[in-house]
Amino acid sequence: MKDSKCIEELKKEFDAYAEMYSPEGLDREEQIRMYSIMWLMRKFEEAVKPLWMANKVHGYYHPYITEEAIATAIITQLKKEDYVGSTHRGHGHLIAKGGNINKMMAELFGKEEGYNKGRGGSMHISDMSIGMLGASGIVGAAVAPAVGSALKSWIKGTDDVTVVFFGDGGANAGSVSESMNMAAAWKLPVIFVCENNQWAIATDYARITGEPDLYKRGIGFGIPSCRCDGYNIYQIWETAKAAIERARAGEGPTFIECKTMRMLGHHATDDSWYRDMSVCDKYWEIEPIKRMGEFMVENKIATPAELEAIEAEAMKKVEASIEYADTQCHEPSPDTFYDYIYADGEVIK
Amino acid sequence: MSIITLRESITQALREEMALDENVFIMGCDVGLRGNPFGITKGLMNEYGEKRVIDTPISEAAFTGLGVGAAIAGMRPLVEILYADWITLPMDNIVNTAAKTCYMFGGQANVPIVIRAPFGVGGGVAAQHSQNNENWFVHVPGLKVITPSTPYDMKGMLKSAIRDNGPVICFEHKRNYSMKGEVPDGEYLVPIGKAAIRKTGTDCTIVAYSYMTYVAEAAAIELEKEGISCEVIDLRSLLPLDYDTVMESIKKTSRVVVVTEAPLRGSIAGEIVGEIIDRGFDLLDAPPQRLGSKNSPVAYNEGLEAMCTPKKEDIIAAVRKTFE
Ligand SMILES: Cc1ncc(C[n+]2csc(CCOP(=O)(O)OP(=O)(O)O)c2C)c(N)n1
Ligand SMILES: [Mg+2]
Repeated sequence: MKDSKCIEELKKEFDAYAEMYSPEGLDREEQIRMYSIMWLMRKFEEAVKPLWMANKVHGYYHPYITEEAIATAIITQLKKEDYVGSTHRGHGHLIAKGGNINKMMAELFGKEEGYNKGRGGSMHISDMSIGMLGASGIVGAAVAPAVGSALKSWIKGTDDVTVVFFGDGGANAGSVSESMNMAAAWKLPVIFVCENNQWAIATDYARITGEPDLYKRGIGFGIPSCRCDGYNIYQIWETAKAAIERARAGEGPTFIECKTMRMLGHHATDDSWYRDMSVCDKYWEIEPIKRMGEFMVENKIATPAELEAIEAEAMKKVEASIEYADTQCHEPSPDTFYDYIYADGEVIK
Repeated sequence: MSIITLRESITQALREEMALDENVFIMGCDVGLRGNPFGITKGLMNEYGEKRVIDTPISEAAFTGLGVGAAIAGMRPLVEILYADWITLPMDNIVNTAAKTCYMFGGQANVPIVIRAPFGVGGGVAAQHSQNNENWFVHVPGLKVITPSTPYDMKGMLKSAIRDNGPVICFEHKRNYSMKGEVPDGEYLVPIGKAAIRKTGTDCTIVAYSYMTYVAEAAAIELEKEGISCEVIDLRSLLPLDYDTVMESIKKTSRVVVVTEAPLRGSIAGEIVGEIIDRGFDLLDAPPQRLGSKNSPVAYNEGLEAMCTPKKEDIIAAVRKTFE
C-alpha cells in the first residue's frame, strides 16, 4: 500500500519527483512487458548476492536494484540493431536489451558457456550480437567508444541509435565531456543517460560537483537536456521516446539525467557504513517495481493476481539460470588460454 | 619494534610525513571519508582536514594533473590511483609533464609528487583490475619507480619518496597488503634505489620484486632441500635499479633467474638480463633465465587467472635449468 505521508515528505527532498501518468502511445501489453523485465532484473540481482556469499560467484558485483525503471523504459524502445553502452552496474541494461540470463549467470560463474566465456565476469558482461557494446571497469571509459558506434551510424547514414549509460561518478571522467562535445558538433545519433544515484562508492556527488543538476552539462555543449524522476518509468519512457525519435531523424544527441538514490551498498559486500542509509526509507516507497505495480492496479491496467504471476515467472527464470550455470556449464579449458587475445583465432604467445 | 601489516605501514608513512611537512597532502577517489577501499587513509581526513585529504571526483586524468601542478607550485601531493590499471588515464600528465618538467625547463622547477598505485594479479577481478604496468614507467626518463614488498621497506621508502624532489610512482601489490613484518618504532628512511638480499645463497641468484619476491623465497626454500643454494634479491626499486647488488651476487653464483609478474614480453626482466650481459657476461656459467606472466590479459575465471602468473614451481624449474 502507498504511504502518502511518506511520499509528501519525500517530495520535499527529492527534487526530481514526478507524478506517474499514462503516456500517449504506451499500450497495456508493452507496460506488462516492461513490468516483467523489471522483475527479471530484480530477481536476478537478488539471487546473485547469496551466490557470491556461497563463493559460486566472485569478483566485483554491482546490483542494479531500484534503478530498473531507467534501463527498462529506455532500452525496450530500441531495435536489435541499436547500440547500448553500459556500466559496471550493467546487468539490467543487458536484460532490457533482450539478453539471455542463462548466459549472464554462466558468466558470473566464470563458465565457458557464459557471454564472455568466463573471461569477463560481472563488470564486463555483454552480448555484442544485440548491440550491447560491453562495459568498462574503468568508470566513464565506455562512453567514448559507445559514442563511436553512433559515429558509425552517422558515417553510414543508417537510422541506428546509441544509448550510453554512465553514473554521476562516471559523468566526471573527462572523456565523457569530450564525447558530448563531438556528439553535439556532428549531431550524432546518441542519447546520453546519466544514472544519477547520487553516490560513487562512498562519495556523495554533492561533495565533488559544483552544479548538482547534471543534465545542465548537456546544455553547455548545446545538447537538448532534461531531468527525469529515475523511479518513474512512464516519464522516462516518454522522454526517451522523443530522444530516440530525434536521434533517428538525424537531429542529434539528447542528455537525460535520471535521478535516483543508491539504496544498497555499492557492491555485494559493501555495507554503506559511510552514509546514513535511513534516508533511503522514504525512497523505498517509490521503488520502481512497487510504484509501477501500484499504478497499474489503480488504473486497472493489471490485477494484483496478474502482477504476482509475473513476479513468480521471473523467479522461475532466474532459478533456472542458476541451475544451468551451476550444473550444466563448464570451466574454461586450459588449452583455450590464448584464445581471443587476437582477432580471427590467431594465437600469438 | 612492532609487527604491522604492509597496509598499516603505508598509513604510518603518510601520517608521519603529513605531520612533519604541511605541504604534504593526499588526493584521490574515496581517500577521505571512506579512507580508501583498503582502509589505508582511514582517519587521516579527521586528523588533517579536508584540504590535506581531498576526496576527488572520478577524474583521474585531471586530478593527477592537478597534483602535478601543485607539486610544481611547491606542494608535496600524494595522488592515489585506486587500481594501477587506471593509471592510463593520467598517463599524459605523468609522462609528459611530471617526468619532463625539470628537464624541459632547465631545472627551474621540481615535481615532488608521489603517485601510489595498487597493482598486480589476484582476486578474480578480471582484465582491468589486475595489471602489472610498472614496466611502462621504467621506460620514462625523469620518473622513479618503487615496488616495496615488506612493511619495513614500504614505510621507509614511501617516506623517502615523499621527501624526494622528483616524481615517484609507488606500486603496491594488492596481495602484499596483509603481509606482516617488523617496523621500528622511531623515525627511519629506506633509500630509493637500493635492492635488498632476502636470502643469501651461493649457487644461483633469483632477482625479483614485489609479490614475486615471496614466491621466489618459497622456491629458494624448496631448492635448498635438494642442495641448491639460492640468493634471493628483492629489487625494491625498479628505477633506479641497483645493479651493483645484482652483479655482486652473480659474481658469487654465476647463475641468474629474473622474475616479474608482468607479461614477460617487453618487460623489465628482459632489460635486467640485457644489463647483466653488458656488465658481466663472463661471470655467467649458464644462460640467464627470464620468467614473467603469460602474454595475455588476466581472466575473471580463477583457473585461467591462476595460469597467468609465475609459480613457485616455475621458478624452481628455471633455476634447475641454469644447471643443465
Ligand atoms: C577510472 C576509475 N576510477 C575509479 C574506479 C573505482 N570505482 C568503481 S565504481 C565507482 C563509482 C562509480 O560511481 P557512478 O559512476 O556514480 O556509478 P554507480 O556505482 O553509482 O552506479 C568507482 C569510483 C573505477 N572503476 N574506475
Ligand atoms: Mg552513482
